[in-house]
Amino acid sequence: MIADQLPALQIVIPMLAAPLCVLVKRSNACWAIALVANVLVVINAFALLHQVRTDGVIRYALGGWAAPTGIEYYVDTMNAIMLLLVSFISCVTLVFAYTSVKKTVVTGKHYLFYAAWMLCLTGLLGISITGDAFNVFVFLEISSLATYMLLAFGSDRRALTASFRYLIMGSVGASFILIGIGFLYAATGALNMVDLAQRIPDAESQRAVLVAFSFLTIGLMIKAAVFPLHGWLANAYQHAPIAVTAFLAGTATKVSLYVLLRFFFSIFGPNYSFGAMLLNVVLLPAAIVGFLLLSLVAIFQTDLRRMLAYSSVAQIGYIVAAFCLATQSGLTAGIVHIINHGIIKTALFMSVGCIIYRVGHAHIGSLDNLMKKMPLTVTAFIISGLGLIGVPLTVGFISKFSLIGASLERGWWMVGALVLVSSLFAIVYVGRVVEIMVFRSSRTDTPEPTGMREAPMSMLVPMYVLIGISLWFGISGSTTLSVASEAAAALLGGYQ
Amino acid sequence: MKLYRRQRHRVLQIVTKLIIPFVLLFALYVQFHGDYGPGGGFQAGVIFASAFVLHGLIFGLQRTRQVITPSMLRVLMALGVLIYLGTGIVSMLLGGNLLDYDFLAHDPKHGQHWGIFAVELGVGVTVTAVMISLFYSFASKR
Repeated sequence: MIADQLPALQIVIPMLAAPLCVLVKRSNACWAIALVANVLVVINAFALLHQVRTDGVIRYALGGWAAPTGIEYYVDTMNAIMLLLVSFISCVTLVFAYTSVKKTVVTGKHYLFYAAWMLCLTGLLGISITGDAFNVFVFLEISSLATYMLLAFGSDRRALTASFRYLIMGSVGASFILIGIGFLYAATGALNMVDLAQRIPDAESQRAVLVAFSFLTIGLMIKAAVFPLHGWLANAYQHAPIAVTAFLAGTATKVSLYVLLRFFFSIFGPNYSFGAMLLNVVLLPAAIVGFLLLSLVAIFQTDLRRMLAYSSVAQIGYIVAAFCLATQSGLTAGIVHIINHGIIKTALFMSVGCIIYRVGHAHIGSLDNLMKKMPLTVTAFIISGLGLIGVPLTVGFISKFSLIGASLERGWWMVGALVLVSSLFAIVYVGRVVEIMVFRSSRTDTPEPTGMREAPMSMLVPMYVLIGISLWFGISGSTTLSVASEAAAALLGGYQ
Repeated sequence: MKLYRRQRHRVLQIVTKLIIPFVLLFALYVQFHGDYGPGGGFQAGVIFASAFVLHGLIFGLQRTRQVITPSMLRVLMALGVLIYLGTGIVSMLLGGNLLDYDFLAHDPKHGQHWGIFAVELGVGVTVTAVMISLFYSFASKR
């Protein structure tokens, strides 16, 4: 019986944890509730992925109302990957958060923090699992509202303005998505994704579908922080509590990219999105300029978090460029990079979190000789930094190799070449930080700060778990590649 | 006749005291009539909260805060969500899908009735609490 209820439990468990946190109110107890819920959700997502890969697509009718009438949860390999990624990253960062939140968030508000975290997780999982276009918007709002709250918990006062800026941008994005869904509903009379995919070919000539498509594209580009619309991201990542940044960097933009995939490939179909709509004339240049320009911008940042934030936008550029190829291998590369980048970037932000926990800031110039004081943290930063560059034996290599391979296969060798160029930039921005941390000796005139020790175990362990996984995926790339290519095949094949 | 400061709005205060029970009653009517006619948890919640808003406007925020404290509101907010989710979980335990009310009673029709009743109650509780705390946070100087 419980096997049939897995899709519902995926959402119900974190959603139940949120009000329980508010009722319990004790900081440690709330953390424990959130963690237990999160562990259950990870197990659940794992079971779902297994179930989908053995038995095929799962369709779960909420309230017993069958698909076109009611809301349904639709789980195929792509969703299951996203569910596992989001819940796992949330779980690891939640363990990490325990210590760092105690330092940054006011004690009386911890329960609200964890409740918001659980709501954000609910929203992100909901977006990934649902098979109903309007339901996507509802969960998007749940996750966004919780995100604004989480961002505003930052100890820095600028966290409030960053959160407000994201609120404005995020609301614009969300309303664009809503308008898009509204137009789709007007044109086809359907909200269920499978139903929409069947009806759109007949309604394709209508202008409403075109308008819906444009609104959805722009709205999702804002949410996913694709190049020209990434303005909110850097401030938000810099000023939020670092555990939140680590959580969001690995999940929030990735989930929006998933929605982008779902709409472009499953609902509109690649022929409409990338053929008739000439999306690759709009999206591909944006992606390419994005990864080149923002890798360059990242070189000149003075704050470690800001540097990583810009690098995130650049990585999103790779993923979108991979989607634009609209081939089996291109999509596989994109999906693999969603997974890989989620893992590496979370690990990187965690190491920055450790640095901030001990040093108190993340100003790159004054992190000299950190290797002597915090060897484990710096090692973690270097390993995941190498992953970001794409050195062989790391996950970054797998994704860049498959991306370049896919672009050559499509005949767009220029894209592959530009990816290599931006990897050179990545070497510079990661290398510069590593150089300062490892090789530059401390200035003698500054007094040695007291209490400079290695970060606590509760922060190191989750970080090294992620790094272990990233190394495993990097060495045996076939694990992720095979799952991703299954997902890509399902997306290109459309709904059955 | 000289009026003390607290007596200045005597008429308004007495009329308010008379009106509030009816507002609350009407809210309950809208709440529990929702499954037969227009109404439901959202509307009822707002009407129920409006009684407290009126109380706050006439008697001052201090006294309303004593009637229903902010920490109580937080409990109510969470409780409403739990009632809603609890209904869904009960329906799952009874063998249906999430929020499948058919399983809540022997007769599916009654099940639907009970289900929507419980869910709307949850919505009503949460909306009331959220509305009142919105009023508190905008009205207070902190």
